[in-house]
Amino acid sequence: MSLNEVGSMIAMQGFSGLSLFTVLLLMALGLAIIFGQMGVINMAHGEFMAIGAYVVYLFSQLTQNYAPGLREVYFVPAVVAAFFVAGAVGYVVEMLLIRRLYKRPLDTLLATWGLSLAMQQFFRSFINPKEVSAELPEWLLGAFNPTPSIQVPRNGIFVMGLTILVSAGVYLLMLKSRWGIRIRATTQNRVMSSAVGINTDRVDRFTFALGCGIAGLAGAAFTTIGSTGPTSGSLYIVDTFLVVVFGGAANLIGTIASAFSIAQAQSLLEFFLTSAMAKVLTLMTIIVILMIRPQGLFTNKLRT
Amino acid sequence: MSHLTKKLGKADLLGVVVLSAVILVLFPSVFGIFRLNLIGKYLTYAFVGVSLVLLWGNGGILSLGQGVFFGLGGYCMAMFLKLEASDPIATKIQTTPGIPDFMDWNQIVKLPLFWLPFKSLTFTIIAILVVPALFAFLIGVAMFKRRVGGVYFAIITQAVALILSVLIVGQQGLTGGINGITDLKTMHGWDIRSDSAKYILYYVNGALLIGCVVFTRWVLSTKFGMLLLALREKEDRVRFSGYDVANFKTLAFCMSAVMCAIGGAMFTLQVGFMSPSFVGITPSIEMVIYTAVGGRMSVVGAVFGTLLVNFAKTFFSEEYPDLWLFLMGATFIAVVLLFPDGLAGLYDRYGKPFVLRRAARAHSKPKATEPNVAVATALESGGKHG
Repeated sequence: MSLNEVGSMIAMQGFSGLSLFTVLLLMALGLAIIFGQMGVINMAHGEFMAIGAYVVYLFSQLTQNYAPGLREVYFVPAVVAAFFVAGAVGYVVEMLLIRRLYKRPLDTLLATWGLSLAMQQFFRSFINPKEVSAELPEWLLGAFNPTPSIQVPRNGIFVMGLTILVSAGVYLLMLKSRWGIRIRATTQNRVMSSAVGINTDRVDRFTFALGCGIAGLAGAAFTTIGSTGPTSGSLYIVDTFLVVVFGGAANLIGTIASAFSIAQAQSLLEFFLTSAMAKVLTLMTIIVILMIRPQGLFTNKLRT
Repeated sequence: MSHLTKKLGKADLLGVVVLSAVILVLFPSVFGIFRLNLIGKYLTYAFVGVSLVLLWGNGGILSLGQGVFFGLGGYCMAMFLKLEASDPIATKIQTTPGIPDFMDWNQIVKLPLFWLPFKSLTFTIIAILVVPALFAFLIGVAMFKRRVGGVYFAIITQAVALILSVLIVGQQGLTGGINGITDLKTMHGWDIRSDSAKYILYYVNGALLIGCVVFTRWVLSTKFGMLLLALREKEDRVRFSGYDVANFKTLAFCMSAVMCAIGGAMFTLQVGFMSPSFVGITPSIEMVIYTAVGGRMSVVGAVFGTLLVNFAKTFFSEEYPDLWLFLMGATFIAVVLLFPDGLAGLYDRYGKPFVLRRAARAHSKPKATEPNVAVATALESGGKHG
């Protein structure tokens, strides 16, 4: 094996780690808002991702059947629609269910697990019991070759770009906008926030919807990587929660750092071990670190 | 008022008596062996249900990893039975006779070291009780000493369930992988698949379950039980009163783990196999809903809740498979929003006053006012003692 080949292998291995990082981060961002900021355990988070994926699938089916000429462009509006559909469903769920349970976190967990079961069956009964995949536009297929021996898949680059965009957006929104101030104020001290004139119910509802919308975006992005089935969402829910908890629940930078370290560890271990053992080892390491440092990697310096 | 409290005690004891009658007399006389074996399987889940009443309903500690302990108990028993089923004569067509078939398929030529002690039944029974307790102790000490609780504990126990199920599936040669450990035949030469064995196992299982129910009720009536309740309500205040909170929580966690493991071992004996599908996240959460439906505060309620949910599951997944998950989802939501005390709550609200009124009328006809007092006391205590 020449030095050049080793170099390209390291580069590709690095890229696969980065790719997993963006996937984890995109999944975790929505939850970082819902769980990290609001403290709501949404076990149906994975199903909101599935909603996003199914919206893209729906758009792809529609273009295929009614407007084949639009194949190259349908994807962008589909991703936007995925955000809004998942967000709208989240809005309704908050209104009907979550709102009543803010003071009972463990019960929220059970109720949203029930919701996720019902949503899975909904996908199975009304969309397709099997896995489906969207017809991707040309510009997302194939790979990009900077040198003959290095191949970087284009869908990976797309997911990465989207993740950077969404993370930057969430960061600015939470830490720099007035809306973000209201969200943080509400989560830190609900009574005081409403006393100074913040409509906390409205803040809760929109924040939850925003988190679900981002989950939808994540789901939409994942259609470029793999197919979507009724139970796809539930496969990732524990990893997603661990990313958020490991990072330090109320800290966005922590979420990014934790997604990065988990992804790099896992893809590195996958190089030496089977993927199942790599996953076991990564999860075990996270749990051991969490036992030593229960507050996660990063904490916000404030009194709550 | 003392005779009233006695009556209340009687009404609570009534639950255990009714439960024993239903399990040991009613079911065996109504159902044939096939259905009875199925009920026996449900009753093994009820061990988990009861364990969660102790841990979650009264202690406020929600573990989403009870499947881990159920699985550990079940796997210990399955390993013993599998070794007995794979004697060199029965497995002579294998490349390496005398080892379990799945090991042979995975090109393993020697029995792994951790399987060896499971040749002894005594060791197996001890392992069923000790392994889960040790594991729970480790997790409990690590988490509770660091004051990890509530939601974080739930998420981390869930992750443990995920890890163990991925590990079992991944190590196919050592654990039987996704299929689990199957083809279990005899226990010390006693064919566990015969009808008579199934009857005996059903009764053993029922008796053990009632034992766990009585034990849990006793634990909850002791000072330790009161402490658990206090922990659920105001952990800090208990800590400031000078109690080492982590030790009590760990003890409760270990107790619940052992109960789950007994259930798991009985599951393996009655159903004849053990697989990772009883270890992972989904079964662990499903078992929580049994308790929630039965009433998270009520030991007896948890058993009835388990039976009810499983009857419904069997009925709907046979008749209307599409509806089942909707119904299950709706049950989760309804139990949380509308009936947080589950079946036991409904009974306390509507059934118990009726029973008490009857009892009071029978005992003290002249005094017309007393039944109302009894009802009032029952309603008051309804939410607290199930």
